[in-house]
Amino acid sequence: MPAVSKGDGMRGLAVFISDIRNCKSKEAEIKRINKELANIRSKFKGDKALDGYSKKKYVCKLLFIFLLGHDIDFGHMEAVNLLSSNKYTEKQIGYLFISVLVNSNSELIRLINNAIKNDLASRNPTFMCLALHCIANVGSREMGEAFAADIPRILVAGDSMDSVKQSAALCLLRLYKASPDLVPMGEWTARVVHLLNDQHMGVVTAAVSLITCLCKKNPDDFKTCISLAVSRLSRIVSSASTDLQDYTYYFVPAPWLSVKLLRLLQCYPPPEDAAVKGRLVECLETVLNKAQEPPKSKKVQHSNAKNAILFETISLIIHYDSEPNLLVRACNQLGQFLQHRETNLRYLALESMCTLASSEFSHEAVKTHIDTVINALKTERDVSVRQRAADLLYAMCDRSNAKQIVSEMLRYLETADYAIREEIVLKVAILAEKYAVDYSWYVDTILNLIRIAGDYVSEEVWYRVLQIVTNRDDVQGYAAKTVFEALQAPACHENMVKVGGYILGEFGNLIAGDPRSSPPVQFSLLHSKFHLCSVATRALLLSTYIKFINLFPETKATIQGVLRAGSQLRNADVELQQRAVEYLTLSSVASTDVLATVLEEMPPFPERESSILAKLKRKKGPGAASALDDGRRDPSSNDINGGVEPTPSTVSTPSPSADLLGLRAAPPPAAPPASAGAGNLLVDVFDGPAAQPSLGPTPEEAFLSELEPPAPESPMALLADPAPAADPGPEDIGPPIPEADELLNKFVCKNNGVLFENQLLQIGVKSEFRQNLGRMYLFYGNKTSVQFQNFSPTVVHPGDLQTHILSLAVQTKRVAAQVDGGAQVQQVLNIECLRDFLTPPLLSVRFRYGGAPQALTLKLPVTINKFFQPTEMAAQDFFQRWKQLSLPQQEAQKIFKANHPMDAEVTKAKLLGFGSALLDNVDPNPENFVGAGIIQTKALQVGCLLRLEPNAQAQMYRLTLRTSKESVSRHLCELLAQQF
Amino acid sequence: VRLKGQGKRCTRSEGLEIRFILIQNRAGKTRLAKWYMQFDDDEKQKLIEEVHAVVTVRDAKHTNFVEFRNFKIIYRRYAGLYFCICVDVNDNNLAYLEAIHNFVEVLNEYFHNVCELDLVFNFYKVYTVVDEMFLAGEIRETSQTKVLKQLLMLQSLE
Repeated sequence: MPAVSKGDGMRGLAVFISDIRNCKSKEAEIKRINKELANIRSKFKGDKALDGYSKKKYVCKLLFIFLLGHDIDFGHMEAVNLLSSNKYTEKQIGYLFISVLVNSNSELIRLINNAIKNDLASRNPTFMCLALHCIANVGSREMGEAFAADIPRILVAGDSMDSVKQSAALCLLRLYKASPDLVPMGEWTARVVHLLNDQHMGVVTAAVSLITCLCKKNPDDFKTCISLAVSRLSRIVSSASTDLQDYTYYFVPAPWLSVKLLRLLQCYPPPEDAAVKGRLVECLETVLNKAQEPPKSKKVQHSNAKNAILFETISLIIHYDSEPNLLVRACNQLGQFLQHRETNLRYLALESMCTLASSEFSHEAVKTHIDTVINALKTERDVSVRQRAADLLYAMCDRSNAKQIVSEMLRYLETADYAIREEIVLKVAILAEKYAVDYSWYVDTILNLIRIAGDYVSEEVWYRVLQIVTNRDDVQGYAAKTVFEALQAPACHENMVKVGGYILGEFGNLIAGDPRSSPPVQFSLLHSKFHLCSVATRALLLSTYIKFINLFPETKATIQGVLRAGSQLRNADVELQQRAVEYLTLSSVASTDVLATVLEEMPPFPERESSILAKLKRKKGPGAASALDDGRRDPSSNDINGGVEPTPSTVSTPSPSADLLGLRAAPPPAAPPASAGAGNLLVDVFDGPAAQPSLGPTPEEAFLSELEPPAPESPMALLADPAPAADPGPEDIGPPIPEADELLNKFVCKNNGVLFENQLLQIGVKSEFRQNLGRMYLFYGNKTSVQFQNFSPTVVHPGDLQTHILSLAVQTKRVAAQVDGGAQVQQVLNIECLRDFLTPPLLSVRFRYGGAPQALTLKLPVTINKFFQPTEMAAQDFFQRWKQLSLPQQEAQKIFKANHPMDAEVTKAKLLGFGSALLDNVDPNPENFVGAGIIQTKALQVGCLLRLEPNAQAQMYRLTLRTSKESVSRHLCELLAQQF
Repeated sequence: VRLKGQGKRCTRSEGLEIRFILIQNRAGKTRLAKWYMQFDDDEKQKLIEEVHAVVTVRDAKHTNFVEFRNFKIIYRRYAGLYFCICVDVNDNNLAYLEAIHNFVEVLNEYFHNVCELDLVFNFYKVYTVVDEMFLAGEIRETSQTKVLKQLLMLQSLE
């Protein structure tokens, strides 16, 4: 066999590579490279024409330098010159350089295509292959346009060499994947299919890939491939281990071709022709039989090749899902692998069995391996194997083994890798709910989850247990008792406090008869946790307390005392303070009847698909949960909007009410969790129907949301896109990217600029606003050289959490679905502000880049201050109005540290950009700024006054906003405070 | 009741498809990078680093498969070199694992007991070997005899 000496043929290259290897430091390497680059440049520029050998050598050096990670900006022309050499080695280096370095929109592409054309026509198989490989490696559209018509001809021509056919088949495959529209179907289809009969196994190997790809789009055109594939497979499978000579790998005949054929068959349902089907079943049986035969070699290569075929065979059997006998045999075979000493096989067996578990024919057979799988979960060293074991336990779980599996998973959770804890928690939660015969077991399981892995119990999980307890009166007493006991633990997880607080607030009365859990005991138990909890939990507990006042009048005095305490009434957190104030007032003003109505037990939740399941699907991708989501959907689960309308005055505890109110938007990520909270509680309770309904804090908004992003079909979502087809479903819009708030902040005081930029895409914004109307131009720039496909930007508005009334109308025009490399498209948005709002609309941009889907959600830079109309006024007027707006809730104030240098001019510019007029000679202190303006919305106008007091010494500002509307004051204050 | 067909892997949308092939040494130096998907240069560098980080921490008792982003890396270690192939998660793991070995055996024959330095000094020939065996992300030729015969023929050309 040939031995290749180091860098034979190109001594200069070998020397250069050695030099680089001998460099002691990065600096030395760069120095050496620069020297070489200078040398090559001078040679290329020199007067003396270079011979082919030198050109090849220098181009090869450039390539090496590029592969080391340095930019190369010359030499392309020389490489192209090499293409027309008639020496193979020179041509090869030329093509290699082009394949690695030249991007598709290079100006050289025409010259390159010309050279390729010549080589394709050369009838020299070596040159033809080089040219085909180049097309396959670059795969650009330009090349597709130039050659897509020629290649099928080369592929099916009678006189093409085998190696050329192989390359042509895969070259065509590449072009088809890149630009299917360019590859003409039709006359050659039948001849391509017949390549499955080709003498040369290499040609068949390449052709199967091509056919597998083509038949997905045109299954009927390629249907004849089924019988050909079956007979080919049958010949391979039944051949003796040496029949196929060159294509036998460690005594296994043509393993890769077999795998490819088996995958091709998975594109189709079982063959209709009985003879073909019989032959295929025979093949599958033969593979299963061979697995039982003693190995022909001890080498792992032998068993791997054999098992590659076996696993693909099992995949096909599962795909057909119609041969009970084969399914059970497959399962038994995998069962043997579960205990194999090869980790790879154990892993693959667990993985494959997962899909078998979902077949009705093999589900029972899979279940018999439960002990082995549990053991794998406990003992496997590789976390990915343990993960597969957990997946399989989940997949094989049903009513008969749920208790065992759930308890094993719970046990595993105590020591599980951090990486997979959350997933295990979700799985346990789903199984417990799905297979709960008695709900007390379910409650126990979830509380155990919180105990063992509280940090990994996501909101979805504990919301769900509340939902279920609320809906099932047979478990409420038990739940109350159990949480009460769980809360006795000296250290319990905060999630336990949340669940406990909620359940006792609703159902604490059910255990109040027992003196050990009398109302005062319940209260003091909860309150003993209060001070160690986060704001959100404390907010929840305050709601529990007000519920207690209704449930247990005897606790009223104590609880009022707690609410009245300075630490509550003057709490620094506005949410807590507000709750304390409002609950205290409510408890003293309202009559018992009113209290009983307001604080009534929560109505049942509408049945719906478990939000936990949705979360698991999101986590693992759509395929993952499908095996598990097996049809136990409640018939009413399509009722996603929820049917039950609670009495308008029902005050929820932290509150599974959001969905019932029809609110389907998640809280704005920017807002602190509780900010949407009980702010309007009193208004709500006492002002009657005109008032806005109040919401509990966040829990159930997110809860009922698989929701995550805004649901366009909900009544308050704005008309996002006139074409309903383009409306993304709720799953379609991801949460805004983490930087979304930061990006948004940059636009509070300006209207134009670059909203977003990454390596692929730039989004620019130009906007203008007048009164309550605005027009925004979005510019999407493709920064790559590759066309974006299915490009679709959509705008949706999550709705305003506090008002949930249509507050912004945004009309968008659709843009072209393709954005060429380097091109820019523009989208116009017409915006109308109907009423004041807090959350900006979301802009979701989705497209495909190089086959990979890209998605991105941003906040559209439309904030309420955009609808400011500046108002000039004299000092006297200003102070008069300032006094008029003196109610505490009309004012919002923030004292904060300067994040930027305190420059008066910059500050002025920002305030003007914010939209208000700047009033001179109003504030007695000339350092201070005062401004005034009116927010224009269709429904109402909101007068705004602001005052900004810089303190240069302390590097602090004090910002005060007074407007006629509380939420506007607060919101403007927050927006503006982030600008300095 | 289990619904029929829900758990099946019925959508084989991608077929056998390689996203990229990497040969790296333990220190993370790349000895071959062959891309079958469009990535820009920064992304390529990131992938190279991530793959190295994922693969080198695993020991011999671990599987030769690692989930990686939305894909899967099938890898095998030969002396100080890691041969990695990135494929779709539901591709046939063992077929690729042996495809790596088949490729390594060809290199071994071609370079007469291949070592890392052969790949460094003859990097431009390694690409030729790859193109003979893998093309457009698919397995092109699996017969070692056929591949070596072709390489020998090319070697004899000037």
